[in-house]
Amino acid sequence: MKFRYLPMTDKDHHQMLQTIGINSVEELFSDIPKSVRFQGRLGIPEAMDEYSLLRHMKALSGKNRSTDQLVSFLGAGIYEHYIPSVVNHIIARPEFYTAYTPYQPEISQGELQAIFEFQTMICELTGMDVANASMYDGPTALAEAASLAVSVSKKQKVVISRTVHPEARAILATHAKGLGYEVVEVSHREGVTDLAELQTIADPQTAAVIVQSPNFFGNIEDLAQIEKIAHQHKGLFVVSANPLALGLLKPPGAFGADIVVGDVQPFGIPMAFGGPSCGYFATTKKYMRRIPGRIVGQTVDEEGARGFVLTLQAREQHIRRDKATSNICSNQALMALAASVYMSALGKQGIQEVATLNINKAHFAKQRLAEVPGVEAVFDQPFFNEFVIKVNRPVREVNEKLLAQGILAGYDLGQDYPELENHLLVAVTEIRTKEEIEAFAKGLEVL
Amino acid sequence: MGKEKALIFELSQSGRVAYSLPKSDVPEATLPSELLRETPAELPEVSELDLVRHYTELSRRNHGVDNGFYPLGSCTMKYNPKVNEDVARLEGFTNIHPYQPESTVQGALQLLYELQQDLAEITGMDEVTLQPAAGAQGEWAGLMMIRAYLEKRGETNRTKVIVPDSAHGTNPASAAVAGFQTVTVKSNEKGLVDVEELKKVLGPDVAALMLTNPNTLGLFEEEIQTIAELVHEAGGLLYYDGANANAILGIARPGDMGFDVVHLNLHKTFTTPHGGGGPGAGPVGVKKELTPFLPKPIVRRSEEGRYYLDTDLPDSIGRVKGFYGNFGILVRAYAYIRTMGPDGLRKVSEQAVFNANYMMRRLEPYFDLPFPQHCKHEFVLSGKRQKKQGVRTLDIAKRLLDFGFHPPTIYFPLIVEECLMIEPTETESKETLDQFIETMIQIAREAEENPEMVQDAPHHTIVKRLDEVTAARKPVLRWQKE
Repeated sequence: MKFRYLPMTDKDHHQMLQTIGINSVEELFSDIPKSVRFQGRLGIPEAMDEYSLLRHMKALSGKNRSTDQLVSFLGAGIYEHYIPSVVNHIIARPEFYTAYTPYQPEISQGELQAIFEFQTMICELTGMDVANASMYDGPTALAEAASLAVSVSKKQKVVISRTVHPEARAILATHAKGLGYEVVEVSHREGVTDLAELQTIADPQTAAVIVQSPNFFGNIEDLAQIEKIAHQHKGLFVVSANPLALGLLKPPGAFGADIVVGDVQPFGIPMAFGGPSCGYFATTKKYMRRIPGRIVGQTVDEEGARGFVLTLQAREQHIRRDKATSNICSNQALMALAASVYMSALGKQGIQEVATLNINKAHFAKQRLAEVPGVEAVFDQPFFNEFVIKVNRPVREVNEKLLAQGILAGYDLGQDYPELENHLLVAVTEIRTKEEIEAFAKGLEVL
Repeated sequence: MGKEKALIFELSQSGRVAYSLPKSDVPEATLPSELLRETPAELPEVSELDLVRHYTELSRRNHGVDNGFYPLGSCTMKYNPKVNEDVARLEGFTNIHPYQPESTVQGALQLLYELQQDLAEITGMDEVTLQPAAGAQGEWAGLMMIRAYLEKRGETNRTKVIVPDSAHGTNPASAAVAGFQTVTVKSNEKGLVDVEELKKVLGPDVAALMLTNPNTLGLFEEEIQTIAELVHEAGGLLYYDGANANAILGIARPGDMGFDVVHLNLHKTFTTPHGGGGPGAGPVGVKKELTPFLPKPIVRRSEEGRYYLDTDLPDSIGRVKGFYGNFGILVRAYAYIRTMGPDGLRKVSEQAVFNANYMMRRLEPYFDLPFPQHCKHEFVLSGKRQKKQGVRTLDIAKRLLDFGFHPPTIYFPLIVEECLMIEPTETESKETLDQFIETMIQIAREAEENPEMVQDAPHHTIVKRLDEVTAARKPVLRWQKE
């Protein structure tokens, strides 16, 4: 059988054997002890021709009910947004997607400049001095922020609000176990961080106070108050933020955040079952040389022309090995590019417009759903594009009933918060129409 | 194409847009003004065509595998099949939410389940997690599992991880993030783990040995069985860094060599594109004793054939990444494995190794070859001879740019002076290999006869060598509005 990705011909084969001075390719493997040689054929399915593969993949994807068939009010960290067509056209350019990390700047100026522009856009949105080239995702960026705080403060306690995404807290717990620091969680009260409890938990041993705003319930946290508590004992103030909300909301940098992290998935990246998305990591000049991952800097070439390079590499694992600031090696460059194209397409005005649309639709939906008998709006807080409603039966039942009508109703908060049984987290982005929100309300009415 | 390219911010003109948003069909809502920005974020304002031209020009200033040969050692820059890009973009894969009911994502779960099975078979392991986003994250997840396993057995005194001096930088870095100290073990004159040296560092404080096999010199660790026995006898575990798995598909399996934990880089061996630095995927396979510690959730299949996410893993190390890993990348790798099948994958490794040996033998007369035995999928040369002529390996790399080639990995592994690490991959034709070889021979000749030609390279790239020292000393990491 011939394979279209393997160009070697019989003639090549023959000539190459002669050049190497062997009689068969098998000789090249003679250094592998017989006892560890794999005998026989791998037990995986037989090769498929391209057309059969396409049919197979279409059949598999067809077993999923996508948001082309369902109306989704699911958010909780991954959102369905409008993606301008240009985004996919740009990231599908092979000069971008078939390249490696830009180690050779002379032939990687395109990627390097695109990352430099991404870093700038992230700084603009977060109000921070410096951003890196991207992280695996928002939750892992948050864990890296905690590691940085522990490392620079030489303190071993990280305080995090329970209003932070449960998966981000789970990943933080795994990281904390690895590096041996302690994580203490602070309760929520009225849908935001319990400030009184935070005040008692944050102490001189605290390396960082971490909150998310808009938080997991969609509510906007009181960053001004939290900043005071975080900095009271010289800990770092870390904020995780949906960057779309920062199109309108006062940026964490303006509240004195030391590190701002999050996920740019809302910026032109499809949901794709949760990945790949793309984390961002921004901080102040003070911690510039402690950032994890790649950073691009501007410089000049031998003739004085502006150019870009990977920089501050003395932080990184390929130089510092076990003394590196992080073990991160790759980033999510192509997804960062998607986000850059999105941010450029929306621009200064569009980002505000889309954020406003999210606020309007979500506020309308919250009000409309609360009118349904048996549904109660909870948490009277300013919020962005997500909110919580309480229903009069298990969320699982509500989700099943609405799914039968082609609606994904939302996220069951009882899974992560036992005290929030029968609470549903609903996301409403700019693409949901008034009719769809009405249909959702009617679906709840007939329950 | 001009030498300098304007930043997108420099193209911005107030009033231009490149978007189209729906009109609001609901009443306006407002947030308290103290929560709002005082000044808008300074994002660019461009038309759609301006935007497209900007990024198109950026793409023209970038070199990918589709532009030309990319023999970057240990990175496996093989062809990224187009059909994989198409299938990953099927709406049934892109437009699904990770928290949809399992009944509505059976196709996605089936794909993940089958990929777990395939990778377990390919590596000879019992179970696989697809959650890690990259090789380095896989290493960390694997080491965390080793740690959890040892702790469960009460062996908390095992705090050391051994890595060879030829190891990837991520190995010691990942060990540190997993809370281990690293001990480096020297390679012997053949470029392999020195078994006598290994014996000296093995002891009751050793948690694991991390090994790449073939190693970063492109050499197979012939004494792998002895090494495995020694490590296991000392009570430690064996970790396989799968960065170099392109040499062993269907030929030798880490599980059969005695490894307990394996990570794979799907963006190397399994053709998913590198994307300019990511996203990748770094699945981890483990032997039975370690399966209770796998990150959660794991995809499983019920007896009735229903696929589901299993979170009931009480000894799990927890989560390492959001949701279920880089799903879109996993789709591409799955499509590749289905395209190649068992015979195809074996041919991949045979031809990758064949190509590397061919290049090595043809270049041997012109450059120092520190390890003359047959190599696997990659090999290292030393630029020692050229250094005496005043030409550094960096210069050779830059001169290659003039011929449209991406240079090999340079100055790594650290144990070879003026190192050039070359990995051709199996998807390159003999003509391409020959062109690269002829170019390398020409550069070797230039180093002798006209060293300035190499020292001053590149001559034909859009920019000349860039000042990296100033970039690091006086960092300019963002554009500022004047």
